[in-house]
Amino acid sequence: MDPRLTTALIVVVGVPAVLIGYIVSTEQALRVFPQRLQPRVRPWLWLFPALAFLFVFLIYPTIGTAVRSLEDQVGNKFVGLANYAWFLGDSGTLGALKNNVIWVVLLTLLTVGLGLLIAVLVDRVRYESFAKSVIFVPLAISATAASVIWLFMFAYQPAGVPQTGTLNAAITPLGIGPLPFLTISNFSFNTILLVIVTAWMWTGFCMVIISAALKGINVELLEAARVDGATEWEVFRGIIFPLLTPTLAVVSTTIIITALKAFDIVYVMTNGAFDTQVIANSMYQEMFNFGDFGRGSAMAIVLMIAIIPVMAVNIRRFQAQEALR
Amino acid sequence: MTSIAARDSAAAAPPSGRWRRRLGRLPVHAVVILLMFIWLIPTIGLLINSFRPAAAVQATGWWTAIFQPSQLTLSNYSYVLGQSGIWPAFINSLFITIPATIIPIFVAAFAAYAFAWMSFPGRNVLFVAVVGLLVVPLQTTFIPVLQLFAAFKLNGQFLALWLAHTGYGLPFAIYLLRNFMGSLPREVFESAAIDGASHVTSFLRLALPMTVPAIAALAIFQFLFVWNDLLVALIYVGAANPQNAPLTIVVANLVGSFGQGWWYLAAAAFLSMALPLAVFITLQRYFVRGIVGGSVKG
Repeated sequence: MDPRLTTALIVVVGVPAVLIGYIVSTEQALRVFPQRLQPRVRPWLWLFPALAFLFVFLIYPTIGTAVRSLEDQVGNKFVGLANYAWFLGDSGTLGALKNNVIWVVLLTLLTVGLGLLIAVLVDRVRYESFAKSVIFVPLAISATAASVIWLFMFAYQPAGVPQTGTLNAAITPLGIGPLPFLTISNFSFNTILLVIVTAWMWTGFCMVIISAALKGINVELLEAARVDGATEWEVFRGIIFPLLTPTLAVVSTTIIITALKAFDIVYVMTNGAFDTQVIANSMYQEMFNFGDFGRGSAMAIVLMIAIIPVMAVNIRRFQAQEALR
Repeated sequence: MTSIAARDSAAAAPPSGRWRRRLGRLPVHAVVILLMFIWLIPTIGLLINSFRPAAAVQATGWWTAIFQPSQLTLSNYSYVLGQSGIWPAFINSLFITIPATIIPIFVAAFAAYAFAWMSFPGRNVLFVAVVGLLVVPLQTTFIPVLQLFAAFKLNGQFLALWLAHTGYGLPFAIYLLRNFMGSLPREVFESAAIDGASHVTSFLRLALPMTVPAIAALAIFQFLFVWNDLLVALIYVGAANPQNAPLTIVVANLVGSFGQGWWYLAAAAFLSMALPLAVFITLQRYFVRGIVGGSVKG
């Protein structure tokens, strides 16, 4: 038998057993404490495994990276903010930063806009659940496989030869193109193409959440407005949209974070060439191709600082909900 | 005035009104069907190309196969499964994904129970701090964790990925399970405590079984995340031990090496999608409930 299979079996059966065993044994362990102290100690025993994982894989490394970002390439000299100064002065990283801004704006507009449009439209057809599944399913596909799918969409053959790419075959008869997609560096065209691929994956996510909020709107309210002569557009603008605003805000923050962290699609489809560089990919190259851990660490910290305000909005909203509970 | 007129006309001629309404919905159907078509085309193109011989893929588009179905063949799949290294990578992906899904669920369930049903000083602050860790981009953690793994000789091992994915998945997992457990009826836990049940008993007998819908959502989410992950696998396994590389790395490498055998890329990509798609399509409902519950109701 494959030795790895044995290991996997041990892990799949053994790990849950060990973890449950741990929790059961906490009660035993608590007996060493006086009765009075037990309720105060118990939560920490339950939290211990999670806190240990979070410390080792998120907290400690973030601190380490923050410190490392103040050191030179190999990490034996303190250089202060030099890596950050490099980041703000380098045309390559600034280009990546510009592209990340395009990602944030365009991806949010596309996914939330289309998600809202689809959620509202499918609410009126009988094949709603099927239609939603079709839009939702790309979320299950890895960015790697999505890249392969879209490489076939964007494929390019010189004019005169039969086009093998779906998009070029569609536009060539119209007199446009054929266009060598993903190699046109003007107008951030390639970045827009990569955003479209990602929007194809994430629109379903937005649609599902918006659709759930839409179902929560009181139907009688909408009917009353319609009976009073409001057009569908007025119903949407005057009632549906304002009621959906909190949900749209939540979905947007998730998408903004996704756009800031964008990596896989860029790495597989263009690896940052043709003006498609983004911070996450540039950082990966800085660390693992050029071996400059100081600069790579500084970029990681910049990325995190960009995400914090977005996340803060989410956490504040969560606390507001907790207060209502 | 207008409203009364509108109501009267609707009441006066119900059959034609119904027809008019159906006709009025025609644009809605058209837009919905167009969008579905746009969403399906890329995947259908890949699926059809995966069944076409290399020469045909290079010469003509996938749509020509609709008019000449005779060109379809299974040869790409037999090649991919036979000799391309995709099958071992498929097994690797399974070895990586299953434990990396199970471990965080248990660890998160303990923490979620403590956050939901035990009171201790600093509980809310600590919970917000845990959720706040969602801001950390994974990239921030790579170098220190790599050095840690190197010290324990874990680089290139599956164990490294199991542990790392557990750590990375926990903030969302704890958030989701805590919200679900917190919304369970308080009386159930109070009466269990009065009957002398310990926290361990109420966790195993009450909280865990009642949380199954959220656990299902989380399991699907974590499964998809780990199965589809490229970055974490590249860092901790990719370079150190290509033998343990999951599907995402192998397929990504194929994209890079268009030189030899790229025509079976479509088949390889489709094989990598098969399992997550099957899981996703059958268990979609739980997944939707999970993400909707996690982000709308909170």
